[in-house]
Amino acid sequence: MATETAQRSAADRYKAGVMQYKEMGYWQPDYEPSDTDIIALFRISPQDGVDAVEAAAAVAGESSTATWTVVWTDRLTACDKYRAKAYKVEQVPGNPEQWFAYIAYDLDLFEPGSIANLTASIIGNVFGFKPLKALRLEDMRLPVAYVKTFDGPATGIVVERERLDKFGRPLLGATVKPKLGLSGRNYGRVVYEALKGGLDFTKDDENINSQPFMHWRDRFLYCMEAVKKAEAASGEIKGTYLNVTAATMEDMYERAEFAKELGSTIVMIDLVIGYTAIQSMSKWARRNDMILHLHRAGHSTYTRQKSHGVSFRVISKWMRLAGVDHIHAGTVVGKLEGDPNTTRGFYDILREDFVPRKLEHGVFFDQPWASTRKVMPVASGGIHAGQMHQLIDLLGEDCVLQFGGGTIGHPMGIAAGAVANRVALEAMILARNEGRDIKAEGPEILEKAGKFCQPLAQALSTWKDITFDYTSTDAPDFAPTATAMA
Amino acid sequence: MPMTQGTFSFLPDLTDEQIRAQVKYCFDNGWAVNIEYTDDPHPRNTYWEMWDLPMFDLADPAGVITELEACKKVFPNHYIRISAFDSTAGWESLRISFIVNRPKEEPGYHLERNETHGRTVQYTLRPYATQKPAGQRY
Repeated sequence: MATETAQRSAADRYKAGVMQYKEMGYWQPDYEPSDTDIIALFRISPQDGVDAVEAAAAVAGESSTATWTVVWTDRLTACDKYRAKAYKVEQVPGNPEQWFAYIAYDLDLFEPGSIANLTASIIGNVFGFKPLKALRLEDMRLPVAYVKTFDGPATGIVVERERLDKFGRPLLGATVKPKLGLSGRNYGRVVYEALKGGLDFTKDDENINSQPFMHWRDRFLYCMEAVKKAEAASGEIKGTYLNVTAATMEDMYERAEFAKELGSTIVMIDLVIGYTAIQSMSKWARRNDMILHLHRAGHSTYTRQKSHGVSFRVISKWMRLAGVDHIHAGTVVGKLEGDPNTTRGFYDILREDFVPRKLEHGVFFDQPWASTRKVMPVASGGIHAGQMHQLIDLLGEDCVLQFGGGTIGHPMGIAAGAVANRVALEAMILARNEGRDIKAEGPEILEKAGKFCQPLAQALSTWKDITFDYTSTDAPDFAPTATAMA
Repeated sequence: MPMTQGTFSFLPDLTDEQIRAQVKYCFDNGWAVNIEYTDDPHPRNTYWEMWDLPMFDLADPAGVITELEACKKVFPNHYIRISAFDSTAGWESLRISFIVNRPKEEPGYHLERNETHGRTVQYTLRPYATQKPAGQRY
């Protein structure tokens, strides 16, 4: 098919009218992506009767230079260079209606250091394109040449640990509950009890901004009183993610400046503020020695269903480029969506310097990060102390384990809940380092720790049978043994 | 109230055997183990005094235990911590840091509130112990 295009005379190719995308140069099965190309992998579901190759070429066209008809102005440019090239189309295993389309984009199609620009092309018009029933961006290969145009995380895992003086174990957090309705004074009480009890962080929830029941300045003032009082009680650095999400950048900067003035180590934003606002806040955080926490509010509207949207592994890559320090990335065992292998892929993308292609984790490309700082994944939503061994086994130690209900809902109170979590965590890390098989011996290790820690014993008996065991909607397409696809 | 910096401060004091197991874990990972002591428990006091250089070329945890005993003998009533340093590219920092000795009495911290404009407060944390000169604190 590529040869057809090549053989056609230029006059013929640019004759006014409509032509199939695959004949306009957007399908090039012989194309070898260069080291500096950005590659996108789409899952395409063509409409009935639409050829998969033509659909892939259309995606390449609509996400780069094409429009629906031939335009003579192409001939004023180096149009071959600027056309995205679909170079491989393969059927999704076990699914005759879906195809994986690999599309390569020249680096010059993108403005350096701008997620807004990247996404305007890659997930722009093309997602509403009529010949497709559905379209999902599964993964992207970001070349080093492109990665290096971004500053990356403001702080990163290593510097965050140094700044907090906390090493060798996951950090512990809790989201203040109820998430809406507490006054500033009562809200700060939860923060104080949880931090004094032994947590490293507490957290505003995604939708706490500045509502009638609690103005943002009250929240910040009471929360920082609580943080500092807990620091004095423990001699440890503590933090609370003050959510600075607001209607405008000016409001967000004002809130962030106030958080800084009060001595906060960390501020928080929601994914819904948009890519440009996230990058702006990252640059602010970098200038002001602030850790930047991102709550992924809204992501499930486009990440959860496998047929349409954007995979969270792609969002993870964009957010590491955009420069957040924390991002919620799933718990596997908690109440929110999270297949173990898929989640492992997200964690690798956020934390490793080189992520090898691993289909059974849903990772389709080798991804070099070229020393971009690492993002701390946050595990949050329906987890408790009784799962500590599973959490450490699945997620490792460079993450934040966030126990909201699992701290605040403790029968002896919030501080007791925090003590239970901290003791469970330290006991499990100690045992793991001693070489014990925590996955198998975890319950026994916890029970033994409960002997010297009454709050842990109570947490274990309160939540021992709580699990969230549902089928995942976003499992990898490839079994661990699969060797398909080069 | 005991100060809770470090990886294992919420557990009962570690036994020699438990310390040895953690040191072995560090050595098995190729990390250099370091002993440090201080009588200033402020959480921003990053640079505790080094008990000699980090033990880069040691493979036997017993060597660390011997040094720890020697350090404890000189500073029985100081905070002493063991930390391990990973020189791998992209990390090049501590991997673990845990307290192995602490003063018998820990008076804790005073939180000073400096009320500035509006309701804004500037907070300062002071360990009660550091009101005395170094060496006379515990």
